[in-house]
Amino acid sequence: MSKVPNELRYTKSHEWIRKESDGTLTIGITDHAQELLGDLVYVEAPDVGTSYETGEDCAVVESVKAASDVYAPLAGEVIEVNTTLADTPEIINKDPFGAGWIFKIKPEYIGELDDMLDAKAYSAQIAAEH
Amino acid sequence: MGKRTALYATHVTAGGKIVDFGGWDMPLNYGSQIDEHHQVRKAAGLFDVSHMTILDIRGANTRAFLRKLLANNVDRLKQPGKALYSCMLNEAGGVIDDLIVYFLTDDWFRMVVNAATREKDLAWINQQAKTFNVDITVRDDLAMIAIQGPQARDMAHAVLGKQAEKVHELGAFFMAILDNDIAVARTGYTGEDGYEIMLPATQAATFWQQLTAQGARPCGLGARDTLRLEAGMNLYGSDMDETTSPLESGLSWTVAWEPADRDFIGRNVIEQQKQQGVKAKLVGLLMDDKGVLRNHQKVLIDGLDGGEITSGSFSPTLGKAIAFARVPASVSDHAKVDMRGRQVVVRVVKPPFVRNGKACV
Repeated sequence: MSKVPNELRYTKSHEWIRKESDGTLTIGITDHAQELLGDLVYVEAPDVGTSYETGEDCAVVESVKAASDVYAPLAGEVIEVNTTLADTPEIINKDPFGAGWIFKIKPEYIGELDDMLDAKAYSAQIAAEH
Repeated sequence: MGKRTALYATHVTAGGKIVDFGGWDMPLNYGSQIDEHHQVRKAAGLFDVSHMTILDIRGANTRAFLRKLLANNVDRLKQPGKALYSCMLNEAGGVIDDLIVYFLTDDWFRMVVNAATREKDLAWINQQAKTFNVDITVRDDLAMIAIQGPQARDMAHAVLGKQAEKVHELGAFFMAILDNDIAVARTGYTGEDGYEIMLPATQAATFWQQLTAQGARPCGLGARDTLRLEAGMNLYGSDMDETTSPLESGLSWTVAWEPADRDFIGRNVIEQQKQQGVKAKLVGLLMDDKGVLRNHQKVLIDGLDGGEITSGSFSPTLGKAIAFARVPASVSDHAKVDMRGRQVVVRVVKPPFVRNGKACV
């Protein structure tokens, strides 16, 4: 069974969002997403300084099996990306919610976070997929 | 629920992620297919290939029947136990299936065909056999386990115990028949040394566990695919099918043209194709950029009609994307692939990409 940490928010497209104390947001893909994809071999991270609209595709994760877009869960500017993923994308398989984070954004409107799924709603969604 | 091999419960217990493969519930991986891949290149991996179809063909006319049925020539098999890879063609020269045939005695050959093509293969083989008076038995009572990798043979010998004496000296592409309906063939689908072992299905789980106790690691279909692709081995249904001839599929070497009077099924059509010049061929592609080549991506070649990737993946050994593609025969040493709207340059190479653990491109 995939892990779904309680303290995070989620999207239907399998991104997770963590609100940091400085008001920025850290984003990655969920344990369920990495399980579906299998071994990851490439991560194409967004460029720092680029702004995205809500739901815009901003990164790509590729496994041996498939390529999958990563979408900006909410509008904002990318302030940092996880550069270690370029050489060791398998970190996402091993630690999707920790060392496998993909990028951080400064949200345009933090209130948008309230529209995201909570752990219970996301768990229900992935259960319904089976 | 699909069909299940005698090892299904073993796979589930070991954490195998089960997927449908040609109607069979088979393990895709047991965690990481890349780790499994490396294990085969460096030590030894175990594969359940019991879903493949094993046929015993018996009778005085068996050799004559196979001379007609197969594009490769079973007369190349002179020593008992020797194996031959061949295509089985339809009348139009298209590939019905690829297979391995083993010569056991003058009136007994064994053939292993693909799982997904089982029903059409059996229908075709039985139809062609009508005039030959041979006896064809499907060996669903047997399981098949492949153990592959540089340490594979030693591990298998340890488990076979006293019976291992009969396989120590086994040459590449030979099979030995042991006691109790066990057959050991030095064949495989990974580009590594090793065995494919057929044995009564009732003994499969115990035998599998004994091999894992020797250190062989269970590997799923995911690793099987990247291993065979690196090794330059075709996959039926992806790299060739009934609409393509062996000459367009990198399999010319498997067609035996001599003797000229051997009238195998499909010969007239592919002989004509050969005389007129084959327009397409199967090549290897190697991409130095980041990304993964995928099946059905378009291959773009300056001044020529395009081609298509038939098998694309990521090579764990090379750390980059590799593929087979069917392209115009006059392709040069590079091409471009349309990857999600982006044109990426790839090198055109002759497979294999990897043999016995070493890069060869």
